[in-house]
Amino acid sequence: MSAHEQSNHGHHDDEHAHGTFGSYMIGFGLSVILTAIPFWLVMTGYFANPQTTAIVIMAFAVVQIVVHMIYFLHMNTRSEGGWTMMALIFTLVLVVITLAGSMWVMYHLNHNMMPQMQGMSAHDMSQMP
Amino acid sequence: MATAPTVDPAFLDKDGKPLFHLEHEPHHPEGSSTMLGFWMYLMSDCLIFACLFATYAVLGGNYAAGPGPKDLFDLPLVALNTAMLLFSSITYGFAMLVVEKNRIGATQGWLAITGLFGLAFLGIELYEFAHLIHEGATPMRSGFLSAFFALVGTHGLHVTFGIIWLVTLMVQVAKKGLIPANQRRLMCLSMFWHFLDVIWIGVFTFVYLMGMLR
Repeated sequence: MSAHEQSNHGHHDDEHAHGTFGSYMIGFGLSVILTAIPFWLVMTGYFANPQTTAIVIMAFAVVQIVVHMIYFLHMNTRSEGGWTMMALIFTLVLVVITLAGSMWVMYHLNHNMMPQMQGMSAHDMSQMP
Repeated sequence: MATAPTVDPAFLDKDGKPLFHLEHEPHHPEGSSTMLGFWMYLMSDCLIFACLFATYAVLGGNYAAGPGPKDLFDLPLVALNTAMLLFSSITYGFAMLVVEKNRIGATQGWLAITGLFGLAFLGIELYEFAHLIHEGATPMRSGFLSAFFALVGTHGLHVTFGIIWLVTLMVQVAKKGLIPANQRRLMCLSMFWHFLDVIWIGVFTFVYLMGMLR
């Protein structure tokens, strides 16, 4: 019994969002659909153009991440006075800079440096894509 | 209450009030900042994965005349793995729901099921790694494989530690019940576990599915 009283005490100033059975099931259902469609698109080769498939499955991934954030991690703008959301936004900015920056810089580095590093002649360089 | 006359005048302002701190610090209940702190940890962990994803994005095409994603990846196996992690996410959600109702037995049951799904995920991943290494696709083979094993391996390592944490908490709950401290710990692990599922979305999309498109 004392454990029960203690646990009630622990809840009274609790501002963390909790899920309900319904919200978890909605999140799970959406996740299953948002996972199954990209796998199906790639395994069946639904789009003839791989570029189209890549863009579509990336869009599905972004939507699924948002679904997980809302239904499983209970993200909202109110919890902890909005600081979790601020931390998340800051992290997303850093993630975008890291990913986009790395790919941008390294693409140009590959483009400019590879032929010389491999000791190719000018003729070989003209064959590079 | 007036300011005590024994305070050193150097610590008083010109009106005789203390300069530096409140006489009574505001009281914060124990663990009130744990969730925000743990969220900060998750965000920093997210940056580790961002670096590993960036490494994979840069090195992912360097096969060094070795096998590429199309030769190595088995999408049905990856789909099964994804299902295992997704099931473990929802069963952990169910565990958190019965924690709120203070049902210890049901909590332990859902935690155990979550752990089994986590173990199934790890087992499938280790089987995949063993299969790759057996075929000669070791981390040393090419830049692509180094980046692949670093990224997917780090995620697997997180799941491993998540399972160790889960077992530790099951022992704690068995010994002390669902006391506020244990509820807080279960909440932290819940965030950690769902966070790993979020990272896995990135892994199966960028590494496996887009690998098959190259």
